[in-house]
Amino acid sequence: MSTYQMTAGHGGSPIQLLSPDGVRHPHERYDRFLADVDGNVEGVDRAALLVSIYEDMVVARRVDAEGTALQRQGQLGLWPPFVGQEAAQIGSAHAIGADDFIFPSYREIGVAYARGAELPDLVRQWRGNAHSGWDPFVMNMAPSQVVIGAQTLHAVGYAMGVLFDGAETAVVTYFGDGATSQGDVNESMVFAASFQAPVVFFCQNNQWAISEPVGIQAHVPIARRAPGFGISSVRIDGNDVLACLAATREALERARSGNGPSFIEAVTYRMGPHTTADDPTRYRDANELEDWKEKDPIARFEAYLASIGVVDDAVRARAAEKADAVAAALREATIHMPDPEPESLFEHVYAGPQPVLERQRDHFARYRHGIEGGLGAGAETTAEGGR
Amino acid sequence: MSEMTFAKALNAGLRKSMERDSKVVLMGEDIGKLGGVFRITDGLQKDFGAHRVIDTPLAESGIMGTAIGMAYRGYRPVIEIQFDGFVYPAFDQIVSQVAKLHFRSLGRIKVPLTIRIPFGGGIGSPEHHSESPEAYFVHTAGLRVVAVSNPQDAYSMIQQAIACDDPVVFFEPKRRYHDKGEVDETAGLEGPGGLDLGAARVLTEGTDVTLVGYGPLAKTCADAATAASDEGISVEAIDLRSLSPIDYATLEASVRKTGRLVIAHEASQTAGLGAEIAASITERCFYFLEHAPVRVTGFDVPYPHSKLEFFHLPDLDRILDGVDRAMGRPNSLSGTEEGE
Repeated sequence: MSTYQMTAGHGGSPIQLLSPDGVRHPHERYDRFLADVDGNVEGVDRAALLVSIYEDMVVARRVDAEGTALQRQGQLGLWPPFVGQEAAQIGSAHAIGADDFIFPSYREIGVAYARGAELPDLVRQWRGNAHSGWDPFVMNMAPSQVVIGAQTLHAVGYAMGVLFDGAETAVVTYFGDGATSQGDVNESMVFAASFQAPVVFFCQNNQWAISEPVGIQAHVPIARRAPGFGISSVRIDGNDVLACLAATREALERARSGNGPSFIEAVTYRMGPHTTADDPTRYRDANELEDWKEKDPIARFEAYLASIGVVDDAVRARAAEKADAVAAALREATIHMPDPEPESLFEHVYAGPQPVLERQRDHFARYRHGIEGGLGAGAETTAEGGR
Repeated sequence: MSEMTFAKALNAGLRKSMERDSKVVLMGEDIGKLGGVFRITDGLQKDFGAHRVIDTPLAESGIMGTAIGMAYRGYRPVIEIQFDGFVYPAFDQIVSQVAKLHFRSLGRIKVPLTIRIPFGGGIGSPEHHSESPEAYFVHTAGLRVVAVSNPQDAYSMIQQAIACDDPVVFFEPKRRYHDKGEVDETAGLEGPGGLDLGAARVLTEGTDVTLVGYGPLAKTCADAATAASDEGISVEAIDLRSLSPIDYATLEASVRKTGRLVIAHEASQTAGLGAEIAASITERCFYFLEHAPVRVTGFDVPYPHSKLEFFHLPDLDRILDGVDRAMGRPNSLSGTEEGE
């Protein structure tokens, strides 16, 4: 049976382990999930661990900026910025094991980067070269999902399979505040609770679903919905990378120990537009962005790391250098990505050959040959023409 | 060979598939202890356990979406949609996910789902229980769509559909569930007479008219061929079996011989299977046609209340009237502009 908890952080302030000025506050429930990053585990290089999280956040932000720049220069068709959400994405990603499986939305580019995606695979779909990038079974991460909330059901089904296999893998699905209004997200919580599936619902409440503020989606804090389904939930500061790391670790532990699903609402902010096609100045106040800049996830973590002597100018410079190098490599890979062959559009529709499709492909190939070879060049090879 | 009902043949085919592959799981509403509202899964949960015959919450999109997740994990889910009219809540997951994941992932993700849908009318049901939604799925690239018409095909094609690496929407004519027929239980994945999942079957050979039907109307088409022969008309009745892809090789060979084509289905006419087959056969066999293709279908109305459903459904006489039209014989439209 489910043993859901109505925990702190449902109303009022979300759970915070790092305040915006970079001060680490002890937390009775979560400190045990941060023993390594707090330096309480022998043999763990605390500084290296913290710097790896810090660098991922810095590089992810730079990748995001590069994506926007590439779109502005016509190299990408579209880009969905995640600037401002680095703590939620990198913090949770660092909690997830290599054998765990992730079902993301389309905005989890920071998660994919931290999970080790090849750089061209971060932009392939946004350039229009394919509908997806990375190999899902190499990354243990599904292709990005564009239909809002649809992936949460896939995550629960995968987790049901894990359960039936008797495995210890856990599953994490990412979605936004807008998605919580979708039937699929609600159905996924019904299924997850009924089957006690080992799944973590990680909701990045970034306050905006394109132009709609979260108040249109939910009249109560989103985390409060989950207990109604019988799912433990928590509301955390999504700009606090340590809170994101700790809460995800806790939820994964619950999943792996057979105690079913969890729901995390990470309260964060979409500092950029919904996508590069969006113009937030039409619907939101510039002051709001200024307020959230005060809570910047990277500045906060950096202040904390400086206060404990893990980050200094040399570390900052190294992170910035790495970010620039990754961005340059991403740019190179994007600009030199070859276009797909026209005939390839008929591939992978079915697992095997399909006669109607083969006929269309053949006609298309003849048509192209005819156009390229000049009028009449295709006629001798066109069956209909011979009648 | 043994005689069994259509429903029992499906049950036997499902059992065979579950024995063959431990990754085959059944998912749906009321399919466990109850055995489904039509008893197609009768006894399977008792024999295979609740993890392989899964009673799900009442949420069709949820069933479809979680089945996709199980496919990611290596399972082969077989979904029972309780009635045709209840598939629409799952439509988004079918069209945007099931059908597209293989293409989206460049062939890396297989989605070998079998989506079983009892379809068609004629059983006196209330609204939403008698629909023929096959054209929506045929129009969706990435899906295979089949309609079974007899116990032998039910037994074999369900096994073929489950073994197929593509998603298959599997239409079962609910008014034929209690029909009995001989079933060769040695015909498993090879199919009866070696027919694969994509093949049409010639039911009666003929030389005057090609008559194409599927699902519940395959039997009606065969009956129409018999009735027509009494009047000296030689009808080649074809059970389409696979609605996507369509076995045009079999249809073309027949129409090149007969020069006339009649297509019958319960679904409404506009943009239905009849339209697609008529257009494709006209493109492929134009110089062989003696008459424009004729469609005999349900009307373009929402599925009617049961007191009127038999006026809506094509029956033997309406199909024979269509044959007469294709033959240029006196028929219900004679003397009208359309009949000329």
